[in-house]
Amino acid sequence: MEILVCVARVPDSAENEIEVNRDGTDIDRDSLVYSVNEWDNYAVEEAIQIVERDGGSVTVVSVGDDESEEILRREMAMGADRGILLSDDAFEATDGRGIATILKAEVEKGKYDLILTGAQADAGAGEVGGMLAAMLDIPYASLVNSIEVVNGQTLKVGREIEGGNSEMNKITLPCVLSIQTGINEPRYVGIRGIRKVASVDIPVHGAADLGITGDAVAPHVHRQDYFVPELGDGAEMLEGSDEEIIEKLIELLKAKGGLK
Amino acid sequence: MADQVFVYITHKGGVVDDSALELLTAAKAIRPAAETVALVAGNGAELEQVCAEVGKSFSQVWKLAGEAFAYPNAEVIRKALTAILPKGAAMVLLHDTFGMDLSPGLSIKLDSTYVADVVGIEAVEGDKLKVVRQEYGGQVSSRSLCDMNNGIVVNVRSGCFAADETQAGGNAVVDKSAEAGDLSAAREFLELIVAEAGDVDITKEDVLVAVGRGIGDEENLEIADDLAEALGAAVCCSRPVVDAKWLEKSRQVGTSGQTVKPKVYLACGISGSFQHLGGIKGNPFIVAINKNLKAPIFQVADVGIVADIQDFLPQLTEAVNEG
Ligand SMILES: Cc1cc2nc3c(=O)[nH]c(=O)nc-3n(C[C@H](O)[C@H](O)[C@H](O)COP(=O)(O)OP(=O)(O)OC[C@H]3O[C@@H](n4cnc5c(N)ncnc54)[C@H](O)[C@@H]3O)c2cc1C
Ligand SMILES: Nc1ncnc2c1ncn2[C@@H]1O[C@H](COP(=O)(O)O)[C@@H](O)[C@H]1O
Repeated sequence: MEILVCVARVPDSAENEIEVNRDGTDIDRDSLVYSVNEWDNYAVEEAIQIVERDGGSVTVVSVGDDESEEILRREMAMGADRGILLSDDAFEATDGRGIATILKAEVEKGKYDLILTGAQADAGAGEVGGMLAAMLDIPYASLVNSIEVVNGQTLKVGREIEGGNSEMNKITLPCVLSIQTGINEPRYVGIRGIRKVASVDIPVHGAADLGITGDAVAPHVHRQDYFVPELGDGAEMLEGSDEEIIEKLIELLKAKGGLK
Repeated sequence: MADQVFVYITHKGGVVDDSALELLTAAKAIRPAAETVALVAGNGAELEQVCAEVGKSFSQVWKLAGEAFAYPNAEVIRKALTAILPKGAAMVLLHDTFGMDLSPGLSIKLDSTYVADVVGIEAVEGDKLKVVRQEYGGQVSSRSLCDMNNGIVVNVRSGCFAADETQAGGNAVVDKSAEAGDLSAAREFLELIVAEAGDVDITKEDVLVAVGRGIGDEENLEIADDLAEALGAAVCCSRPVVDAKWLEKSRQVGTSGQTVKPKVYLACGISGSFQHLGGIKGNPFIVAINKNLKAPIFQVADVGIVADIQDFLPQLTEAVNEG
């Protein structure tokens, strides 16, 4: 099976304290740690496992700038066979629909049986996979937490729904699936693995190569500004030495029924 | 054509989802002067029941009836909606696992704008909609202007809009089934698999010690177990702990896990994503322990402590045990 996995480079929100920049136009990007989107790493692992069982190859593709090469290499060190970077100044200000438009053009240059995305990326949209499938006019299932290859034409996939329940579906190939975390245990990538793929060529395709004009990727959703949300009244922060904090906390727990 | 705004209604066993009237509020914020049209797909007596209920609050109900809608298959429903919706339609849905499945593709087929997981609508500026979203797991919010000139599909987060209880509906049901067109699909629903019960039923516990990614490693779970034992509590967790296979799925709190209703909830090394908070009901006393003062959990907790849980939890356990 020929599998394409779409991967995004994002600020790692488990590693960073994300803050708004001085004028509120963006997050503060100085000294952020970036990594591959958590969901995409599960998608790549799933693709590699399918190919290990049934044969074929895994291609990873990212829309981004030069720095996205690093995450493509990381996923190649994991076991993806090749990487493709889609990069152009014309892609910079685009939105999710624009990303899907760019990916569609690359998909049409190849011949893929299965396309995987992550369930969502840093902005929590979860839109690129479903848009890409609709643009390609092929079926889509989101939040996939199990994949069984039935034959060359069909997959049986589980979709995670509310309450920890799953919905089983039959879906025909080619199709797009968005992958939910927990579907597998992504393998560890060591420094030696990264070194092995350090000099592998990663082709870069721009707007002209893909036949995309600026208009086609003009955003429909325009970000205005960022701010820090105030969700509730905010917690009463306990301060002081550890002993003082613990004493106060135990008192509160007793009052609230947390300690008998 | 009359000015209309559309709302997709989800339901189960003949009962309308709680979110329906929240979505109505959101729809009115987008098109204040428009007629509100509820879109309801289903089958049999349950569908009739849902249409009658929804008719009390929406100007009109557009019904899609038939065997093909017996289970909500996003591909089938997308085809039907693409066939019946007017060009340039503005539409609101819930950002749940069904809305996430349906809306991105629907917006492409309608050639309209899509905006996901909206938590607030600030303004309508000409043919642009100004929405508020959260990014980076809720650490920051953003405002976006969305083009509406070709229509828009807006997915709304549950619990962010007040329910519209005015019941100013028209009790008018229009059967649109005949206009739905070809409903053949390349994706077929097979069955539901219900989550397995675990060793401990966290939904019945009064006191929960919840651990998140901040626990760092499987071995460190011991410090949470020790605290839970001292407090007479049970241990539960956020999703990454289950994804890493450190705890069973039945211990996960959140929209894709369990819904708990404890009296006291200690969130340890949990950032406070809306999917996690969505599983905490009954307004418990929430204590958050996190090393990042900016973690969103501190906005919803009653009491917050900035500390490293590796150091803090053992100290707390010791103090409780010395009691
Ligand atoms: C469709 C869908 C459904 C989902 N369903 C659920 C669900 O049911 N339940 C759920 O929980 N999530 C769910 N999620 C995932 C959710 O979006 C978040 O990714 C998840 O809740 C984050 O878990 P966390 O807070 O443990 O991790 P993080 O967001 O990574 O936060 C870890 C926190 O620990 C703190 N920390 C780190 N080390 C320490 C330390 N030593 N001491 C103190 N603090 C420390 C950090 O400052 C950070 O705030 C779902 C996601 C999707 C897309
Ligand atoms: N810049 C990008 N390059 C490649 N794939 C992307 C990009 N952005 C998003 N995706 C894919 O789309 C998924 C969902 O992202 P989003 O719709 O932005 O939440 C991600 O998990 C990726 O698989």
